[in-house]
Amino acid sequence: MEKNQYKDVFVYVEQREGQIQPVALELLGKARTLADSLNEQVVAILAGCCIKDKAQELIAYGADRVLVIDSPELKEYTTEPYAQAIHQVIEAKKPSIVLYGATTIGRDLAPRLSARVCTGLTADCTGLDIGEDGDLLMTRPAFGGNLMATIKCPEHRPQMSTVRPGVMQALERDDARKGEIETFEPAFDKSQFKVRVVKTVKSEKQSVDITKAKILVSGGRGVANKENFEKLGALADVLGGEVSASRAMVDAGVISHDRQVGQTGKTVRPDVYFALGISGAIQHLAGMEASEYIIAINKDKHAPIFGVADLGIVGDCMKIVPLLTEKLKK
Amino acid sequence: MNIVVCIKQVPDTTEIKLDPVTGTMIREGVPSIMNPDDKSGLEMALELKDKYEANVTVITMGLPQADAILREAMAMGADRAILLTDRKLAGADTLATSNALAGALRTLDFDLLITGRQAIDGDTAQVGPQVAEHLGLPQVSYVENLEFDGAKFTLKKWLEDGYQIVEVESPCVITVLSSANEPRYMKVRGIMEAFKREVEVWGCDRIDVDESKLGLKGSPTRVFKSFTKGVKGSGELFEVSETEAVEIIVNKLKEKHII
Amino acid sequence: MDFRLTKEETLFLQMIREFAQKEVKPLAAEIDEQERFPEETVRKMGEIGLMGIPVPVEYGGAGGTNQIYTMAVEEISKVCATTGVVLSAHTSLCIAPIMEHGTDEQKQKYLPKLASGQWLGAFGLTEPNAGTDAAGQQTTAVLDGDNYILNGTKIFITNAQYADVYIVMAMTDKSMGTRGISAFIVEKGMPGFTIGKKEKKMGIRGSATCELIFENCIVPKENLLGKEGKGFAIAMKTLDGGRIGIASQALGIAQGAIDETVKYTKERKQFGRSIAQFQNTQFQMADLKTKVEAARLLVRRAAAKKDSGEPYSVDAAMAKLFCAETAMEVTTKAVQFHGGYGYTREYPIERMMRDAKITEIYEGTSEVQRMVIAGAMFK
Repeated sequence: MEKNQYKDVFVYVEQREGQIQPVALELLGKARTLADSLNEQVVAILAGCCIKDKAQELIAYGADRVLVIDSPELKEYTTEPYAQAIHQVIEAKKPSIVLYGATTIGRDLAPRLSARVCTGLTADCTGLDIGEDGDLLMTRPAFGGNLMATIKCPEHRPQMSTVRPGVMQALERDDARKGEIETFEPAFDKSQFKVRVVKTVKSEKQSVDITKAKILVSGGRGVANKENFEKLGALADVLGGEVSASRAMVDAGVISHDRQVGQTGKTVRPDVYFALGISGAIQHLAGMEASEYIIAINKDKHAPIFGVADLGIVGDCMKIVPLLTEKLKK
Repeated sequence: MNIVVCIKQVPDTTEIKLDPVTGTMIREGVPSIMNPDDKSGLEMALELKDKYEANVTVITMGLPQADAILREAMAMGADRAILLTDRKLAGADTLATSNALAGALRTLDFDLLITGRQAIDGDTAQVGPQVAEHLGLPQVSYVENLEFDGAKFTLKKWLEDGYQIVEVESPCVITVLSSANEPRYMKVRGIMEAFKREVEVWGCDRIDVDESKLGLKGSPTRVFKSFTKGVKGSGELFEVSETEAVEIIVNKLKEKHII
Repeated sequence: MDFRLTKEETLFLQMIREFAQKEVKPLAAEIDEQERFPEETVRKMGEIGLMGIPVPVEYGGAGGTNQIYTMAVEEISKVCATTGVVLSAHTSLCIAPIMEHGTDEQKQKYLPKLASGQWLGAFGLTEPNAGTDAAGQQTTAVLDGDNYILNGTKIFITNAQYADVYIVMAMTDKSMGTRGISAFIVEKGMPGFTIGKKEKKMGIRGSATCELIFENCIVPKENLLGKEGKGFAIAMKTLDGGRIGIASQALGIAQGAIDETVKYTKERKQFGRSIAQFQNTQFQMADLKTKVEAARLLVRRAAAKKDSGEPYSVDAAMAKLFCAETAMEVTTKAVQFHGGYGYTREYPIERMMRDAKITEIYEGTSEVQRMVIAGAMFK
């Protein structure tokens, strides 16, 4: 493989119903840094139906070029039409790097493409850098949180990775930024389109985005049940925060999955994170250790959560929380 | 109907603790389990078996001790079990793993291939879609429910902000979430019989794939370095009465201008 | 001598522990508090084959060993002794005598439904005037054409009211003493068979314990279990097996109490450190743990002998005696370690202490076990 034929940092811009997803802008921000250190360009791949008018916005967030693939075949996301489109972009444009959001779409599309173009894919990266040899250094938590592994894809191109929403930071929007917009027209093989979307249903309940909360009051096994969880809710209310939880609580059905913090839930970095009755399994730590200030309460003095906490209290959170809520009310 | 379910043996990461001094993982004594998403995939297959008399085959790639999860799968109701194990498979990344599995799957006849969405030791969610690509089959990932009308599957696919109902004809590949169902317990009779039945042990000579695509050789990605982040260490730990604890927390929140 | 678990046993433990944690433990406090029979758990146990572990596959059972059966009772009793005794009475006292003494027709008729949990089993020997002295049976059975007519009352019957099949002892010939006792398979709903008052108990409060009342109860002749006059021998043999079940229950209670106490003493702080750090705690707990392990070995040996067809009567008596007394000692001390909290229903430990007491009484009191053991020594 002639590696030097491959250049530029491409970002797959995820959109849903024509709405650019925040993770795409975050990836453009990171791509900008990578491209600058390589002295290459940032290219956004905007695929969908009737989405041309969104291209300019991507330039404002850091893209040098936007490849627009506008086709009725791409109205709703299914794997094959999108895989064909992006595959043809990769074949034609030979990117050095392609970044995807680690969402249900990105995590469906990127591995399919990695197998189609026969290249490596690193999932859920928390750090992306350029090494001395110009290769992409992809850092991800291995086996939970505390062991980090930096992965390279030395002999294959493009180098691909997925990054979870909230991990990278978008640039400030700058409408003065200049860039090119180019249309790309893939040839679709419709005989391979075998999945049909019958309907898409938005969840009725008001879904809360815990990644945006400034204060999170998070409960784990030590909170045990719904009734106790309501006490956490009271504390969150007084502080103007949200409640979240470890996987144990989600598995136990105490709280919905959209409030789960950790490797299989969300990555959060609030100003204050209360870890209550959370022992600190590494997959939980992976999702919250970047928080500004961590307050942990746990009965077990040796709980791993105290390893990342700024303030640790050895005690029963279910006794302390109501007292704290009362005190704060005053 | 023939169904194949790919399963993986993983360390029970909920049982892993960190060494408080070095910040490294303590792996000793951590039990190995069937990956939770895979187990739900197996349950989905077994429910189809209950309804349509499907034949369920489980396959795993791993070390010889992965035999344990195949016995468990048989005790739950799987009809056939295959252990793909070979030194040549060592060091495989997701792409090389998917090539090995695809090589084995090419020699099997199936209408539905089920994998778990992702394994708890890697969380990559890549092998299912990669296998689907190698086999040229349609894929639906993040499946929470499956219905079959005799010709096509109607699937409920989980999305971050809701769900989607999609249809796909067989043969196809689906990746299943552990929230899809509550996997059944092994039956006592199944346990008693599991060790009397055969687990087929396959090596690379038994599968249909170019050997250059396997193991470390077939892996585009390399671990460049690994490191522990170490212990943060700056924190303060208090063992005090509840009222004192409240006092300390309130003072800290004031200090940080939260209140 | 091999102390390692077999592969089957290892896999079974994985399953039963998960089942106990997820299905049995969450109900334990509630069924105790409400004196409620855990019907839903019995149904779930039936679905996965726990209600017919030692029953051969050809009779719809799991084809398991007695060893595995004792593990089931132990693991379930660790978290809920009520559910443990439901399983033990069903398997040891109803299924076992049908398996061992039933005709092929009787096995075909009863075992598949019992093994699947569709039917629940019970056993009726004890009477108001025939407890430890079981030979004083006053219930009678008189042959009348194609039927036996039963009259009398049985008391303290586990699973009564919820059971579908009862093994009942009755006098067919009073002049013959114990050799005049016969065993019958009585079904729920047979004419003249009713359930009497329900006992209010100290422990295992979720298990149903009632009187059985027979008033000219008509039992078909083909429901005689074994030969006429063999009832006492069948009952004694059945109780030998039952003792392994109750030993396992007591063992489970003891181990459960140890587990709870280890957890509690690590969390509970006094004088600035966890009470697990005090040497008094450590030494006492070490002694208790050693006794529990010794108790387990006695259970395993009795079950191994039963599995291999060797005589196990004395082994079962020793296992039952030692496990029951160990359970009582462990739970009593466990409550002490829990202090005031241990006396409240906030923690499961007081329930375990109440549950432990019955294991020294039923399936033969500790004194009866000593009689059995000494009888074999001094014969």
